[in-house]
Amino acid sequence: MKNYSKPVLDGRRIWTTPEKEIYSSGHLACPGCGVAISARTALKVFGKKTILVVPACCFAVIDGPFPYSAAGVPLLHCAFESAAATASGVRAALDQMKINDINVVAWAGDGGTYDIGLQALSAAAERNENMIYVCYDNEAYMNTGIQRSSATPAGAWTTTTPAYPGKPERKKDLASIMIAHKIPYFATASISYMNDFIDKFRKAKDIKGFRFIHLLSPCAPGWKHAESDTIELGFLAVRSRIFPLFEVENNKWKITYNPHPTSINKYLDLQGRFKHVKGEDIKAIQTEVDKRWEELCEKCDLPSQINPPEQPVQHTRNQVLSKEQFQEVLSKHFINFSDNENELAYQMLKSLWLDKSYSHFSDEELICNIIARVQMCDCT
Amino acid sequence: MPRHELLTGNEAVAHAVAMAKADVIGIYPITPQTTIIEEICNLAANKTFSPKIVHVESEHSAMATIIGAAFTGVRTFTATSSQGLALMHELLHWAAGGRLPIVLANVNRAMAPGWSIWTDQNDSLSQRDTGWMQFYCESAQEVLDTIFLAYRVSEQVLIPSMVVLDAFVLSHTSEPVEIPDNETINKFLPNFTPSFKLDIDNPCSFGALLRPQFYQEVRHKLNDAMSEALIKINESDKLWKQLTGREWGIVTEYRADDADYLFVTSATTASTAKPVIDKLRKEGLKIGLIKIRVFRPFPFEQVKKYLTKCKRAIIFDRNISYGHHGIFAQEIKSALYGVKNSPEILCYTGGLGGKDITPQLIEETIIKGTKTKLNGSLFEWI
Repeated sequence: MKNYSKPVLDGRRIWTTPEKEIYSSGHLACPGCGVAISARTALKVFGKKTILVVPACCFAVIDGPFPYSAAGVPLLHCAFESAAATASGVRAALDQMKINDINVVAWAGDGGTYDIGLQALSAAAERNENMIYVCYDNEAYMNTGIQRSSATPAGAWTTTTPAYPGKPERKKDLASIMIAHKIPYFATASISYMNDFIDKFRKAKDIKGFRFIHLLSPCAPGWKHAESDTIELGFLAVRSRIFPLFEVENNKWKITYNPHPTSINKYLDLQGRFKHVKGEDIKAIQTEVDKRWEELCEKCDLPSQINPPEQPVQHTRNQVLSKEQFQEVLSKHFINFSDNENELAYQMLKSLWLDKSYSHFSDEELICNIIARVQMCDCT
Repeated sequence: MPRHELLTGNEAVAHAVAMAKADVIGIYPITPQTTIIEEICNLAANKTFSPKIVHVESEHSAMATIIGAAFTGVRTFTATSSQGLALMHELLHWAAGGRLPIVLANVNRAMAPGWSIWTDQNDSLSQRDTGWMQFYCESAQEVLDTIFLAYRVSEQVLIPSMVVLDAFVLSHTSEPVEIPDNETINKFLPNFTPSFKLDIDNPCSFGALLRPQFYQEVRHKLNDAMSEALIKINESDKLWKQLTGREWGIVTEYRADDADYLFVTSATTASTAKPVIDKLRKEGLKIGLIKIRVFRPFPFEQVKKYLTKCKRAIIFDRNISYGHHGIFAQEIKSALYGVKNSPEILCYTGGLGGKDITPQLIEETIIKGTKTKLNGSLFEWI
């Protein structure tokens, strides 16, 4: 167990992104939308030599109606089920024109990936098409107003699973499906773990062939959570092992962040879609989470830690960092905030540092949390 | 110098696509189209041309792939039939709405159930309102020439083209075909220069949400471009005649000038009908033939020009709109509405699912058509 108490993050290079924005303000994401944050950061990593292919999904609306586009790179809207096929065509044309320094990125929701787009996706993966496919998974058809998808987790309320106990079936294991295609790179990523996120997007960018990144994307209106809890939920999903951060490169599985496990209760409590989930149902979800974690550990050649402690590890903090100390920490993260952003970040630090409800976060995690929140504020 | 080869309709498609140097080709097999993509793969394998062939998992993805490629600025192609074309339906709208000069060959095959691999036109005519140009061909030579014309006109007016040929009767039947030399093709079909594309130096989004104040205007422009297409088809046909000595027209006539009766049809049925016209002419019946080659954009003026000269038009459709009658017949009737000297119109549908259309069948239909006492509109199955 000792092996996993130290976050892998510490032993890893801390990444930064260019200060210059590609994704612009004025987009149409809901307040607290996870996609706005991931799109912004992903585009910074990919750079301007990128073509986005977007099927019907929230992002097709978020980017803006004609004649606006927030993406800052060429963006091709395509039919719901055709992101991977359309992106294959873009790549084929670039190949014919002997252009090989452009990233072709399919950016799709869970409906367009898990459900209607799975056939074209599987085919593109089998052909090892030279593209990066990003699925931002908000676990239901959110653009049409919260209908169940095969990415919706068991127990979740949606407008099409309105009766107790919510969606009866478990979430489709897309990771296994994609990895079974033996693609060069598969990763899960979270906006709450920006360093891990950037690390994986950078890695994906440099690999040739079919790359797949699965993002868990909290959705305030769909999950019925407070708009301010987006980042928190990202953390909790990873910490509770509901959404483990891992990658598979050339068939080598690796957990990229092995958290102190927390129980799933807090993750569920913050979301209205799980309001009715109590007692035995929670136990059933926990059992499923543990089982999948165990399977994952086995694939990663790690001994698993199945039972989460009743009480999460507490970090006690006595004194708020001074502004100077905080600046030092930020610069360690290569963060270049504007004066306003610095001020905002420091105000957040002051309010959260001693807050007991954040004592389950390590210092590192809390600062990452604040950085992500500030990035989100700027963005939305 | 042109050369002569014995080619099936499907081989003619493949050779034309190779000579047009299509860059990205999405392929998926379906009978009776399959030999097109096989021949394309052979031509690519022996370096006749160097396309990027994408081996997709469905016709839907074949069209999606070439839509992606066309938006990136290259010349594209795919081929299909029947169920495959129906599966593409959503993306046919996408290609036309996106104003992409895609060319598709559709080998007419009846729709299931029950399964049929034989010809009728209900597959392509079901796509009538997707915003594609449609050319119905009757010979391998016409198929070959029409692929070039389709690329040329599509790239001029930014509307996709569907080149349609009958299953087996044309797709798998060998005929001598004159293949123009590359110089001729280069004169007729210049390299493709896209008027818009996905460009990292000028990042735009394509296909974004169109609010009500814009949507209709965009569709209005597509419809205007269809009218322009008819002019461009005509111009291109004239140029083709200069270069090769062949022209195919928009609506073509055979012995129609002084005809009292006109047999109106499309595709290979027209070839079968010609000797019947000759025979009946010999027997003293003043009959002629009209073939509608361009179905979209619909040639209102040409239809009016020819049909107002006769007393009675006998329209033979290899298709049916259930609850109405043959689809060419409906269109012809609508073109003649309120026109002075409109002829009497008799609508016949036959040859569905590959049911053989023989010279005898055509002769019987014509005789029946000339003798029937008409009281209003007539629709009959043959």
